[in-house]
Parts: sequence; structure tokens; C-alpha cells
Amino acid sequence: MALLRVENLHKRYGHEEVLKGVTLAQDAGETKVVIGPSGTGKSTLLRCINRLTEPDQGRVWLEDTEITSRRTDINRVRAKIGFVFQDFNLFTHLTALDNVRLGLMKVRRMPRAAATGRAMAELERVGLAAKANAYPAQLSGGQQQRVSIARALAMDPKLILFDEPTSALDPELIGEVLSVMIQLARDGMTMIVVTHEMGFARSVADEIVFMEGGVIVEQGTPDKMFRSPEVPRTGEFLRKISDLYGESR
Amino acid sequence: MNLVFDPAWLPRLGQGVLLTVQLTLYCMGLGAVLGAVLGLVRVYGGGRWSPLYWVASAYIHFFRGTPLLVQLLGIYLGLPTAGILVGPFLAGLLAMTLNTAAYQAEYFRGAIQSVKSGQMMAARALGMSRAQAIGHVIMPQALRLIIPPWSNELIYMLKYSSIVSMTALRPETMDLFGVARSIAARNFRYFEVYILVALFYLAMVLILTVALRWVERRVRIPGLGTPGRGI
Ligand SMILES: Nc1ncnc2c1ncn2[C@@H]1O[C@H](COP(=O)(O)OP(=O)(O)OP(=O)(O)O)[C@@H](O)[C@H]1O
Ligand SMILES: [Mg+2]
Repeated sequence: MALLRVENLHKRYGHEEVLKGVTLAQDAGETKVVIGPSGTGKSTLLRCINRLTEPDQGRVWLEDTEITSRRTDINRVRAKIGFVFQDFNLFTHLTALDNVRLGLMKVRRMPRAAATGRAMAELERVGLAAKANAYPAQLSGGQQQRVSIARALAMDPKLILFDEPTSALDPELIGEVLSVMIQLARDGMTMIVVTHEMGFARSVADEIVFMEGGVIVEQGTPDKMFRSPEVPRTGEFLRKISDLYGESR
Repeated sequence: MNLVFDPAWLPRLGQGVLLTVQLTLYCMGLGAVLGAVLGLVRVYGGGRWSPLYWVASAYIHFFRGTPLLVQLLGIYLGLPTAGILVGPFLAGLLAMTLNTAAYQAEYFRGAIQSVKSGQMMAARALGMSRAQAIGHVIMPQALRLIIPPWSNELIYMLKYSSIVSMTALRPETMDLFGVARSIAARNFRYFEVYILVALFYLAMVLILTVALRWVERRVRIPGLGTPGRGI
């Protein structure tokens, strides 16, 4: 059974239907890359998965829990789904260590000492143990994003959602974040990544999902999507972003 | 002009200072609690059409829209007609608390709303309840942002506390200004007494300002707060 199933998801803002019936399934250990033009509903899709945005229609399951059911304790589900934001959203008033530790202590109710140990291990994993006592404003964008990945990892998530994790970064800082993510994918983390970094998609994605106008236009392995897309629009878009963002990384 | 200051005034003025400081600090403390609750209701109380929001807004508009003096006399003279007896100190404290709470509610609302919306989202995404997110993420930031406007409010209230001299008749219930009035009324040294009292107020304001600056520096966090306040 798939780890995550999304069925016929709809979301409307006013008169504009942003998601028009999105269905997808994701196995444990799989990395999916979601691409598509701006305003297509990629962020909305990610936010509907953990109900940071309430979908209007459709269902989402994490294993055998229906996330979209009213009876589900959404906070317990969210604790199992990491979320990495484009603009990091680290807690401004907390050090890197406290950012990673807060969820462990307040959501997982882990004792302080254990939480500290776990948080330090995660900071180590993203190469930032030395910055444990720095506040977000004292870190570069790339470092902040790595802390936010550590914050997600500390919760032992079954799945991590990344919403354009490198789009707010200066070009020279993108690599350090991508290499952490590549390592995660190789370690078997289940991830859905909205990104235009095609180098990343080529090297670790199991599947690329191309969205446009609130629907999934086409999905498939990177090989298929790059070499022989079935829908002409897919090839066109992939060529465009490969030109725009380069593939070298 | 021949100024005459009499050291014999000092003990009574000292008592007045004590009462003024007590009144100010109590009303600011109680007002902060009530103001925080009202501010939270205005932001998170379920929007414009919820009864809670409506009650909080009506309260805030009422107490900001009417003079403090009217509120004080309403309480001091009005409550007894309803069978509730309040002394001048309690009436003053109540009026000042209810009044400052309305202003502080607006400061809290402003501070809470100036915490970036991504902070709440990140907290909820971790699995925190709304209350947890407010308690662990939003309020610790809002409380730091509120220090500068709160300091101003404290100074205002310290000075406004002089209105309790309207109701205090016995010496032991008089604030600094009330004491001054009663001394001056007896010896006609208005000018000297009021200079002295002005200096007392000034000294209290300066001490409080310095103390709050110190607190602000102590709890300051890089990246939080307005530029120009020395981030
Ligand atoms: N909270 C909201 N209220 C109203 N409209 C919204 C809201 N969030 C998103 N939208 C609209 O929904 C559409 C899809 O937005 P979404 O952010 O999901 O797109 P996206 O694919 O992530 O785009 P981008 O690549 O620019 O991040 C856009 O037209 C956007 O204006
Ligand atoms: Mg987006």
C-alpha cells in the first residue's frame, strides 16, 4: 500500500479553482519532484496534504489514516509530515538548537535532555552543529534552510514536503541545501519536492510530476519525462526550465 | 522671586510617590493581562462576526473613546448607587486598569499581527495546536515587540494616575499630585510645591524609561524588532 494517497483533490479560492482534481500516490522511500508554471497550485497541493490549507473536496491518506477526515487529530498527523518552506520560517526568537528542539519537547513531549541530544544529532546531519546557538538572523539563507530541514527531520517524519526550498536562496547557497536533500533521498526518506532544480530531479527523483492549471498533466520517471514525454506541453516546459535554471548542479 | 522649599513636605510627598507608583504598576500589570486577552481575542477570536470579537471590540472602543476622568467618576460615584462600595484607591485602580487594558489590547493586537504569518504556519506544520503555537511561538515574539509601546503607555499611566486626586479626600489615599494639592492649599506655596512635584514625576519617568530600556536590551534577539532600535 502506498504511504501517501491523494484522491481527487479540489481547492477553490473565490472564483478561481486552483486544484481541479489532483490524484497521486507515493510509496515509502520514494522521491517525487513536482514542477509546473507559477500559479499552478503546487504550493496549494502541498498545503492541502497536511491541511495547512483545507481542501474543498477530495481525500488524503497517510497509510491508513485519512488526513481529510474530520475525526482525525490533525496535529498528530502533521507531526509525522515534515514541511520545508521556501522562506524557511525558522522561529525568529529561537536559536538553531531551540528551533529543532521545540517540536520534540512540545509536540513529542520528549524530555529536554533527550530532545537536545536528538536536535544536536540532526544539526550535525545538516552540517550545522557549530551553529547551534546562532539565531536565524545570524545565519545565511542556506544555513537557515538546513536548520529548517533539521527541524523537520527531528520529528521522525514519514514524509517531508518541500515547497521550493532553494528558490529564495542566492545561487551560491543552493548547492549546500540540495546536497543535504540528495543525501536524504539516498538515505530513503520519502519526499515530495516542488522545485525547478532539474539537476536534483535527474539525480534523485523517482518520479517527476508536471502540474499545470490545477491538474497533473503528466507524470513519470525523469528518464521518460525528459526523453519521451507523451504530452508536448511537458517537453516544452522541461526545456524551458532546464534553460532557465540550468542542469549542471 | 523668593522660592521657599520646606523639607517638612517630603515625608508626605514620599507617601504620595509610593501610592502613585503602586497605582501605576498594579494597573499596568493587571491591564497587561486583560489587554493581552483582549488583543488575542481580536486576532484569534474567530473574526468579525464572532460574539467574542464583538465584545472585545466594543470594550476597546468604549474605554478608548471616553475620558479616563469620566470612567473614574462613573466607577467611584456610580458603583455605590448599585450597592457596590469602592474606596478611592480601588476606584482609581479599577478605572486605570480598565482604561489601559483597552489601549494595551491594541498594542498587543499590533504586536501579534506583526509576527510574520509564516511563524504560525511553521508551528502548526510541526503539529502544534493553535494554543501551543500562540504560547511558544507568537507570544514570545509579540512580547518583545510590545516593549516600546508598553513603555510609553506606562509613562502615560504614571502621569494620568494624578486624576485619582479627584476622589481622594483623606491624606493616606492621596497620590503624589493629591498630596501636592493639599500641601499647597495650606501654605499657598503653589509654585514651589508644583515644581517639586514635577521633578518627582520626571524622576520616576526617567527611572522607568531606563529600566525598560534595560529590559528591552536584555531580552533582545537579533532579527526581532524594528531597525533603528539597535538590533
Ligand atoms: N490564500 C490564498 N488566497 C487566495 N488565493 C490564493 C491563496 N493561495 C494561493 N492562491 C492562488 O492560487 C493560485 C495557485 O497558487 P499556488 O501558490 O498554489 O501556486 P504555485 O504553483 O505554488 O505557484 P508558485 O510557483 O508561484 O509558487 C494562485 O493563483 C494564487 O494566487
Ligand atoms: Mg508555490
